[in-house]
Amino acid sequence: MKVSMISALALGAAMAAGAASAQSLNVVCSNEQAWCDLMAQNFKIDTGVDVAMVRKSTGEVLAQIRAEAGNPKIDVWWGGTGDPHLIAANEDLTVASGVDVTGQLGWSQNMTEMSGGKAVGVHVGLLGMLYNTEVLAEKGLTAPACWKDLAKPEYKGEVTVSNPQSSGTAYTQLATLVQLFGEDEAFKMLAEIGANVNQNTKSGSAPGKMAARGETTIAVGFMHDMVNLKKQGFPVEIVSPCEGTGYEVGAVSVINGTPNLEAATKWVEYVISAEAQSAGLEVGVFNIPSNPAASTDPEAPDMAAVKLIDYDFATYGSSETRERLLARWEAEVKSKGGNFEE
Amino acid sequence: MQRTAGLWLLIGLAGYALLPWYMVAGGFWSFGWLSAMGGDARPALLWSAGGRGWLWLPLTGFAVAGASLMLARDQLAMARGLVSAGALGLALMAAQGLVILGNSTRLGLLEGATQPGMGAGALVVAAALLFVLTTGISGLGRGRGDAFITGMIGAIVALVGIFVFYPMSFILLRAFELKGGAGLGVTEFLPRFFAGEIWSPACLTGLGYCGAALNSLMLALATATGTTLMGLAFALIFTRTNFRAKRLLRVLTILPIITPPFVIGLVLILLFGRAGTITEFFAYAFGWEKTRWLYSFWGVWLAQMLSFTPIAFLVLIGVVEGVSPSMEEASQTLDADRWQTFRFISLPLMRPGLANAFLLGFIESLADFGNPLVLGGNFNVLSTEIYFAIVGTVADPAKAAILSLILLSLTLGAFLAQRKWLGRKNYATVTGKGDSGRNAALNDGLRWTCYAVALPWAAFTLVLYGLIFFGSFVKLWGYDHTLTFEHYTRAFGIVYRNGIHFTGAAWNSYFTTLTIAAIAAPLTAAVGLATAYLLVRQKFTGKDAFEFSTMLSFAIPGTVIGVAYVMAFNFPPIELTATGLILIIVFVFRNMPVGVRGGIAAMSQLDKSLDEASITLGANSATTLRRVILPLMGPAILAALTYSFVRAITSVSAVIFLVSARYNMATSFIVGRVENGEFGIAIAYATVLIVTMLAAILALQLIIGRRKLRRADRIEAH
Repeated sequence: MKVSMISALALGAAMAAGAASAQSLNVVCSNEQAWCDLMAQNFKIDTGVDVAMVRKSTGEVLAQIRAEAGNPKIDVWWGGTGDPHLIAANEDLTVASGVDVTGQLGWSQNMTEMSGGKAVGVHVGLLGMLYNTEVLAEKGLTAPACWKDLAKPEYKGEVTVSNPQSSGTAYTQLATLVQLFGEDEAFKMLAEIGANVNQNTKSGSAPGKMAARGETTIAVGFMHDMVNLKKQGFPVEIVSPCEGTGYEVGAVSVINGTPNLEAATKWVEYVISAEAQSAGLEVGVFNIPSNPAASTDPEAPDMAAVKLIDYDFATYGSSETRERLLARWEAEVKSKGGNFEE
Repeated sequence: MQRTAGLWLLIGLAGYALLPWYMVAGGFWSFGWLSAMGGDARPALLWSAGGRGWLWLPLTGFAVAGASLMLARDQLAMARGLVSAGALGLALMAAQGLVILGNSTRLGLLEGATQPGMGAGALVVAAALLFVLTTGISGLGRGRGDAFITGMIGAIVALVGIFVFYPMSFILLRAFELKGGAGLGVTEFLPRFFAGEIWSPACLTGLGYCGAALNSLMLALATATGTTLMGLAFALIFTRTNFRAKRLLRVLTILPIITPPFVIGLVLILLFGRAGTITEFFAYAFGWEKTRWLYSFWGVWLAQMLSFTPIAFLVLIGVVEGVSPSMEEASQTLDADRWQTFRFISLPLMRPGLANAFLLGFIESLADFGNPLVLGGNFNVLSTEIYFAIVGTVADPAKAAILSLILLSLTLGAFLAQRKWLGRKNYATVTGKGDSGRNAALNDGLRWTCYAVALPWAAFTLVLYGLIFFGSFVKLWGYDHTLTFEHYTRAFGIVYRNGIHFTGAAWNSYFTTLTIAAIAAPLTAAVGLATAYLLVRQKFTGKDAFEFSTMLSFAIPGTVIGVAYVMAFNFPPIELTATGLILIIVFVFRNMPVGVRGGIAAMSQLDKSLDEASITLGANSATTLRRVILPLMGPAILAALTYSFVRAITSVSAVIFLVSARYNMATSFIVGRVENGEFGIAIAYATVLIVTMLAAILALQLIIGRRKLRRADRIEAH
């Protein structure tokens, strides 16, 4: 009896320790940790609203808000690629905040419109390639310039891309190639590239990091991550593919059913303001902000200098297209490559 | 029986009439509810009188209990009354909780009724009803008529039921979901369960990839065998040789379990990756080709060996220590040499330790998520497949549930195999009789084998940790080795100005993590060892099922547990998400199996006559447990405490979905930094955590101390 009583008491104590309910904004952030922290801190200073912030990847956030639907513990979800935000909007997991986006760049307004005001575009990330200059020189290879180059036989076992079944980055690449070359041509090319691929990583940012450390030679990923790696001092060069490239639109969404709608709306207004977005430079955020008045780093990718495709988010974000393309990828591409280390 | 049941009845009534029934704002211990007793913090009595009539239901249990205590003619009738009272009260209480949710009702009953999640009052009432029930059961003569034993079984069954089975049912049901919301059935489950892509043996025949299930199985077998042998080698060096640097070795064996995830993988990449230091060296010195061999089965296996050998060691050291020297002496007196003594006496007596170490290694390897993610390359295992079935670009909870079931069935297989191997033999060697011999030393061959296996491994560990330490002080690990304190000041900066301000980015999660781990560790050890005691020392129906059910939560991958907890505990009756408590609970029930395994291994060695002597001398089970068994369980308690403390700090996958803005954990902070490529700050944080945990473990060792099994633990000279 003693043991059970002690454990009952301990449980009671723990239970009490757990329940906290200070009135404040709970933000889940899918950007880089430093950027998350800085934004939370600035928001608190500028608006006086207390913010509690946690960082999770977009897939994790989506899984969590699905499980919490009806009684959410999160008020607002900021950052990360747009696709999961659009899925959440379609499933009514998020709610329109009614924030005015007329001063934002065109793609941000498009995103907002497409989601019925539920997901507001906050930044753009451009897809690109990266190679390790040291390894490239050591192996006597030429630098890639186009998507097509990745299929060259000389790169056998030197290319790392992520797996579109787990990573949004890789899915963006898949959808980009399909939009550039047409579906059949794109899958033919992907299969050829697949024969060069040494590993399909689970995470979208992993290939870039592996190339930076010389674990692989060429990687595909988002350019703002690559700028970050280059600035850290790794021997890498960034390539914007000659045929043109696709992009992701990062977003901010208010969770459906939040008790703090007012503060959440304030957060959305805040993160699309020029002042808030400019602060990203302090912590090395190199994606393109949605507010045209926000300042950017000279080394950050510039939308005007890169050949962009007219990315069709409505078609390629829909679950039918997605499932069909992924099934085809599994059948025609996955089986081709990634088998060099065994 | 009458006194115990009466006491619980009073406690329950007090909880019903005085404590706030629902969760209160600000937490129970803030005592803010005292002033709000008329408002939201009303006890059940006031609620049921004022509109929530269904809260009368639990009271019926107490009414029946009170009636049987007062009116029953004999003990048996009273016991029967108490059993039905407890069962009725609990059933009604659960029913009202499951029917009336936060914002809706189920089954079309009581439409329009709402209620928040249960709180302190409900907890006390439920506990009281449970113990009334178990006291009644003991009155029926079960559990040798000991209310303490039946109460303990009841409490553990209830806890495991609520915090393991209830949440798991949410996710496992999804395995049987039919496409398009057509209900449940096995028509889709069976083909998916046995799908070729999961079980494919293609890699063995050289034709592509193996299925994730087969990969997981091969990896788990290799890791479990490896860690058990390595752990045994270390344990033998500690207890059967006069090796000089035992202390250093001890620290080295503990280091890997106190290492946050991803860190070992990162160091291995820096050493053995295609651009790693050692790879570069061999390429330079011998012209070997630089390959990516690390990103495969072998890389994951190496990382798992490093991570899980300490667990095997912790289980084995207690058991190897416990093998009685008098048996070994008897063997030698009968003219057996040292090898024969080891082979035919000591080794067979270590079987419980070997079996439990193997089982833990097997399960740990199956559920491991961090190492396969970092080093797996295209080597897919179940745990990563499950993770990406939940968070991937196409979320497929049904697939995740099916893969989890496969993982569970592998665990069940290992568990049954272990039971069969141990058989029904008796491994007791600590008998309480005068037992002051010397442990036999190992024969030379075995001793040198142990040295040859364990010492290079220890040296390897030392190198790894030297590198981690080094990595936290340089600008860009691997490229720019300028020394700097920058990572530490960013993570753990402190400003002295008008008092002390913890300005570093990591402080918040650091304090939360330590608090939660410190609360979870003793609870985990208590629940785990109590379960072990029941399993080894008590006989009751359904014991095997009980034993396996306590292993379940450990075998299920963290990601699945995390999502299941969110699904189960986000709504009333038990609303725990976004609190610190849910983290504590998940740690207690996830890590409890280690306490159970270690406890079972250690307790199998304690002869039953010790208990019997104590009981003959008039002590009851509770006193026997406290005064006789527990003092002999020092190493097991230490292992359970250490392990649960450490795991609460280092586990990742279960925590990802449960950390909230207010309660963030160190690992999710580290993972975020690693994802962003900021290895410096991640490793600096990891180093601080390692030092913290090491200090905590050493303090624990000092407090718990060594158990004295014999007058002197001596080992014969070589």
